[in-house]
This record gives sequence, structure tokens and C-alpha cells, in this order.
Amino acid sequence: MKLPVNLLIGAVLVALVLGAAALSLLWTPHDFTQLNVRNKFAAPDATYWLGTDQLGRDLVSQLTAGARNSMAVALAAVLLGGSIGTALGLLAAAIGGWVEDLVMRIADIGFAFPALLFAIMLAAVFGPSLTNAVLAIAFINIPVFARVARAAANQVWTREYVAAARAAGLNRFAISKDHILPNIAAPVIVQATIEFAVAILAEAALSYLGLGAQPPSPTWGRMLSEAQTLMYQAPQLAVYPGLCIVAAVMGFGLLGDGLRDVTDPRLVRER
Amino acid sequence: MGYFLLRRSVGFILTLFAVSVVVFAVMNVLPGDPALTILGLDATEDALAALRDQLGLNDPLLTRYWSWVTNALTGDFGVSHSFRVPVAGLIAERLPMTISLAVSGMIFTVVLALVLGIAAAANHRKAGDWGIMFVSQLGIAVPAFWLAMLLVLVFAVNLRWLPPGGFPGWSDPVAAMRALILPTVALALVQSSVLARVTRSSALEVMRQDYVRTARASGFSRRRVLWRHVLPNALVPIVTIVGMQFAALVTGTIVIENVFYLPGLGRLIFQSIANRDLPTVQALVMLFAAIVVTANFIVDLLYVVIDPRLKARA
Repeated sequence: MKLPVNLLIGAVLVALVLGAAALSLLWTPHDFTQLNVRNKFAAPDATYWLGTDQLGRDLVSQLTAGARNSMAVALAAVLLGGSIGTALGLLAAAIGGWVEDLVMRIADIGFAFPALLFAIMLAAVFGPSLTNAVLAIAFINIPVFARVARAAANQVWTREYVAAARAAGLNRFAISKDHILPNIAAPVIVQATIEFAVAILAEAALSYLGLGAQPPSPTWGRMLSEAQTLMYQAPQLAVYPGLCIVAAVMGFGLLGDGLRDVTDPRLVRER
Repeated sequence: MGYFLLRRSVGFILTLFAVSVVVFAVMNVLPGDPALTILGLDATEDALAALRDQLGLNDPLLTRYWSWVTNALTGDFGVSHSFRVPVAGLIAERLPMTISLAVSGMIFTVVLALVLGIAAAANHRKAGDWGIMFVSQLGIAVPAFWLAMLLVLVFAVNLRWLPPGGFPGWSDPVAAMRALILPTVALALVQSSVLARVTRSSALEVMRQDYVRTARASGFSRRRVLWRHVLPNALVPIVTIVGMQFAALVTGTIVIENVFYLPGLGRLIFQSIANRDLPTVQALVMLFAAIVVTANFIVDLLYVVIDPRLKARA
């Protein structure tokens, strides 16, 4: 089978970002918290591959540590929101009737809140933190997954093997767990990959605005917000973290599109 | 039509009601203590109790919710903790800034997306199509705030053509427009990437229809067929996405105002968070969510205007 181009490019970008994130757990070229003010704004050289920032911290080390933080936030948010949303979607499809209507109406209300608004409320009540950013991004994922899971589950419920399982006396919840969930895994995983990209973007924006990770923890968004005040002295600091965000978001987005094309050929879009 | 309007309006009001419950619940029911948040950890118990009393935190929740909603409906959003003036006044002062940015951003988004999307569809499988699709793929992945920083870097720091931020007010229209250019472009480029792709695929769908071939065969020019026959019939999915994007646009103005130091509602919300000004944050979040819900409601109504065939099914 010929793999779509978007799948290949996406997989390479994702592998690079995940690789950098994983590597940063074991090794970074320098300690990313190491201050060396006398060596601030160093130009790229053999020691500091992309140079240093306003406090003399190594840029490459900060960027890879930032990759780790981005991945951790996106993973936690998508897992949390995705599992709650998928469970709700399964429930809606299994019971049907007014329960299904209710779950879907609640999901509609969830769409009225962009992640930023939810993060703003949490930050106002509890103070800004990375946990609140994760919760806010997870929250907006719930309605997305509820819709995808319900639509896919409703299709599976019409299959003969589900009717057979019902005839065999399995209850709705056992059927949902044993037969529906495995068969809706593909669209849910595809959605998760795409939402991963959305989560990385959201985390970057929240951190940039000061609603995400707090100092000294390096994230791409925070690096950009620090760089903004130094735009006249060190414009290069405003470039690299943004490139990392674009690479990560594009990687997961293309990977998700590619996976969808492969797993659901009916949906291959006009190109 | 009457029944359709009634059903959608009831749904709209119920959604607004539910949204107000969510906002109130998050801001008031979650286990945080606003008094502690305002006064800080080393406040005395007496001071905390006095402030809780003053904020009405000892009243039953339902009473507080009811008075918040009924007051808000009459335009009273309470008094800001940090500015010590009515929140409604703060909002009224800053609303024109945010509306200017949102409107110019939306117009630029839609125009750019329609032109690029139709151009890509017209050049299907040619270089122009691939180029536009590549740029829009990139645009989807670019954070608006980073694009804004790059624009400042190029057009304000290096070329010095445009101001890097701030807003002089509308008393000097030329300066005001100049100050809005970079924020508008930053907001719209990212937004129009999604919309251009939708426009393209929707237009390609329509271009396969028989009546398009008939129109071409009757001797209408390519351009006329594209803009007069293809675009109007491709509008329904485009309008859906515009409606959905309004949420992103609203969020976008909050972010972009903070990048360019524009004195609008987005800046106010962040000042209020920093000042622990809960009534202001609550009012602004409710306002932004209400704008999103209203936009979706309007889109629902627009469908029928754009495609009268939907009326029968509505």
C-alpha cells in the first residue's frame, strides 16, 4: 500500500519532536537552567549551537526541554479530555433517547468556551499554573471526543455482531466495552492525533500569556513571551521557539490527516 | 419559518442560560476562596471574614447567581475590585477597540480566504493550487501571537514602517488605521488558512455539477462562472466554518491585544487576572462566551437566507 505524503512528513516531524523531548529527559547539551550572564546573547558556535539567551542559558537545551513540556501537557490534556469525552459518547450511543440528547446538548455548550476562556477563569480563581492549563485544554477536548465517539459508536451499534451479543444476553455496558470501543478506536485515535496538535498550540498560547508553565520551567510559549521584550537586542530569540511550535503542530496535524486517509478511505478528500 | 425561528431562539436562550451557569459555577463553586485570593495568604481571619461578607459570599449560591444574572441583564455587572468603578463602564470604554479589531480581522479573513480558496479551486492540481495549499497548511500550524511577533520584527523593528504596538484612539483616524494593520494581519492570516481550505474543497464540489458545465458551455467567462455560479452555491459549508471560527477569532483578539498592547477587553481581562479582580473576569468571560453563542445562533439563521432549500427541512 502506498502511504500518503502527509502521513510520512507528519511521522518524520513527530519523530523529531518526540525524539528531542525524550532525549532531553536523559541529556541536553547544557543545563538549561544554568545562568551565565557574562555570556549572554552569545552567537551560535560549536559549544552553543543556537547561541544563548539574555541570561546566558543555552538555547538548544531550553528548546528540547520545552519540547518535553509541550508533549507532556498535550498528552495529559488529550488523554484526560479524550477519555472522558469518549466515555460520554459511548454512554450516549449505548442508552440513546433523552440521555443521548442531554449529553449532546451539554457537548454543544462546551463548544461555547474556547480553551483560553476556560483557562482565564481557572487562572482567576486559582492563580495561573501548568495544571490549570492542562485542565482547560482537557475540558475543550471533552465535547470534541464525545461527538466523534457517539457518531462512530452509533454506526457500530447497527452491526450484526452487536445484535448477536445482545441476543447472547450481554448488557449495554458490556457490549460498549467489548465490542463498540475496539471498533471505534480508529476514528478516536485519529481525532486524538489532531487534537494533540491543537493542544500544543493552545499550551503555547497559554504559556505565552502567562497562564501556563511558570518560571523557570522552559516552554516554547514562555520563551517567546520573554523574547518579545528583547526584540530590539536579540530578534533571533523570537524565531527558534516559534519554529519548534510550527514543526510540532504541523507534524501532529499531518500525521492525523494521514492516519485518517489510511484508516477511512471513504473520507479521502479531494486534493 | 416562524416555527423555525422560535425553535432556534429557544435553543439560543437555553444555551446562554447554561453558559451563565457554567461561568458562575467555575468562578464561585470551585473550592477556591476569592477573599483569600484577593488578600493573600497572610491576611487575618477577621479581614477575610469581613471581605467575604462584603462580597456577598455568605449568601446562598442560588441567591448570588440570581442577583448576578438579573443585574447583568440590566447592564449592571457589579463593581470592579481593582478599578473601584462599575465593570460595565470599564467594558464600555474598551469595547470599541475590541470590536474594531474583530471586525477588521473578520473582514480581512473572509476576503482573503474567498480569494485564495477560489483561486486554488480554479487552478486545481496546478502550481497555484499547490502553493496556496502549502501556505495554508503552514498557516494552520503558526500560532497567531508568534506571527504577530514576526510581523513586528519585520515591519516595526527593521523597516520601521508601522508602529510596534499601542493604539492612539480614533481621534486620529490615519494613525488608528496604521496601528490596526499589523494586529489585523496577524489575526486574519492564521484564520483565513482554515477558511481558504474549506472554500477550495467546497468550490471543487460545486464545480463538478452539471449546471456549472452548462454555464460554461453557454459562453459565460470562467471568472463570471466562478464568482456568480460556483461561489454562491459553495457558501453553506463556508458559513458554517466562519461561525465556528468566530470562537477562535474572539480568542484571537484576546491574544493579539496582549501582543500589541491594544487597550481592549483582552487586555482588561489580563489586568483583571493579575489584580485578582473576579467580578471583572466573570463579566468578561460571560461576555466573550455570549458573543460566541450569539455568533453560532446568527449562523444558524443565515443558512436559511443563503440556501432557501433548507427552510423546508428546518
